[in-house]
Amino acid sequence: METKVMLDTLWVLITAMLVFFMNLGFAAVEAGMQQAKNCVNILSKNFVVFAATSLAFWWLGFGIMFGDGSPWFGLQGLFSLHGADNSPATGAAYQGVYSSLNWTGVPLLAKFFFQLVFAGTAATIVSGAVGGRIKYLSFIVFSFLMGTILYPVTGHWIWGGGFLAKLGFWDFAGSSVVHSVGGWAALTGAMILGPRIGKFGANGKITPIPGHNLGLATIGTFVLWLGWFGFNPGSTMAADPGAISRICVTTNMAGIAAVLTATIASWMWMGKPDLGMSLNGLLAGLVAVTAPCAYISVESSLIIGAIAGVLVVLAVTWFDRLGIDDPVGATSVHLVNGVFGTIAVGLFAQDAFMPGTTGNGLLFGGGMKLLTAQLIGVGAVAAFTLVVSAIVWYALKATMGIRVTAQEEVEGLDLGEHGNSAYPDFVVRKTLPVSVSASVGAAQPVRS
Amino acid sequence: MKKIEAIIRPEKVDDVRKAIEAVGYPGLTITEAEGHGKQKGVTQQWRGETYRVEFLPKVKLELVVGDADVEKIVKAIISAAKTGAVGDGKIFVSDIRDAIKIRTGERGESAL
Repeated sequence: METKVMLDTLWVLITAMLVFFMNLGFAAVEAGMQQAKNCVNILSKNFVVFAATSLAFWWLGFGIMFGDGSPWFGLQGLFSLHGADNSPATGAAYQGVYSSLNWTGVPLLAKFFFQLVFAGTAATIVSGAVGGRIKYLSFIVFSFLMGTILYPVTGHWIWGGGFLAKLGFWDFAGSSVVHSVGGWAALTGAMILGPRIGKFGANGKITPIPGHNLGLATIGTFVLWLGWFGFNPGSTMAADPGAISRICVTTNMAGIAAVLTATIASWMWMGKPDLGMSLNGLLAGLVAVTAPCAYISVESSLIIGAIAGVLVVLAVTWFDRLGIDDPVGATSVHLVNGVFGTIAVGLFAQDAFMPGTTGNGLLFGGGMKLLTAQLIGVGAVAAFTLVVSAIVWYALKATMGIRVTAQEEVEGLDLGEHGNSAYPDFVVRKTLPVSVSASVGAAQPVRS
Repeated sequence: MKKIEAIIRPEKVDDVRKAIEAVGYPGLTITEAEGHGKQKGVTQQWRGETYRVEFLPKVKLELVVGDADVEKIVKAIISAAKTGAVGDGKIFVSDIRDAIKIRTGERGESAL
């Protein structure tokens, strides 16, 4: 048994386990950032969504994403991983229908498991934005459809040898494939669902609905940080010492730079550093570096992270001002920075790091070629995901309904959807705070 | 018999209990409460928005005592609960028509 195959397989599976662990991170962040009365519901969504996605992706999603076929979606080996395949053979020696993955020398099931945990991540992104008012069943159905169609189709365009890959579009670990796709679907979900009761008032008044457990949110964020050291370096799908070391460092540097700029930005604009903004800052930096991480220098990763941290703080307030209620900032973190990260490839990529792939980006003498491909990709993913996710949301709305009743929303989804209580020993507050934002864009700084 | 209701800062509960223990008291009920007098609330923030919390955590002590003991207990509470800053709280004294001990059925001041 070839040593390289053994090491590569170990690497792929261990990093996949780290990415799997991010489901805990998402569950904790989302639960901590929302109200106690919805805690069981949020944890349940994050728990069940991985099960739904695993089934969906095994049944059809993997085949559509990585099966040979057209530039738009796979046509061979569609169902249940039954396509012909002689992994771990690579390159010319590979014979099978999942050619888009023939560059990594690991068994088919390792490839599947690794790609599955990425698909799971995209679905959890939607969960945060629709929290506090979505029907449990509707969310599960949406997640299943996301795992069979939404995610795999755009994934095929980018990682499955589809038309974006042929255009020279590059997304190393998924700023577009995972985060933007999740982000666009989260955006349509939040918009079609509508805001939580009491969130927005007359004259654009915005009522803050504070999360109930910042300890949980912080634990979740650290878990995601750890998981990202599987997400990014793992995407080499090979135990390549130079690449995986460099990617660990670019990943971390973008994260910490974003933490710092997000903290400073919220400190300056609001008077005191808001922990929620710092936590979102980290995630924004990591999302932004996810596409470029293998193609850039450490210095570039610092710059990308620094910009991401500022972007997310702006985006959180911006989406609020637009009347879009996103309780955890999923759109600000994953959508805005997923798009930014994808574009950043076009700016910061250097051919020296992964020769023969991206070439040089705009800032390193490569001109507009790469950046143009990146922009086309952003547009294509946006158009497809916005339209298809909106159709699915509207179809669900027309059939089973997507929003709980007003009474249930006020009582809390834990009781209404699950008959559970997350904190049965405690009295849970049912009132909302009084906002002191006089009008749109006029939040008073927090000064004692 | 009189009922003494004292609304005090939560961090003063222990000091007040020691002070009234020193002068002697028959019994005590405490409730965790929220409220405000002329003291303003505090301003907090969440992800780019600020909001007011008008009701501050307080503790309400209730004691029912004999008429002769009211002044010494009120003085003890004040001495322990006072900080001099706005938000120290208030004491209300009201009449109690009757008191009954559940275990024995005694009524009046001997029930205290």
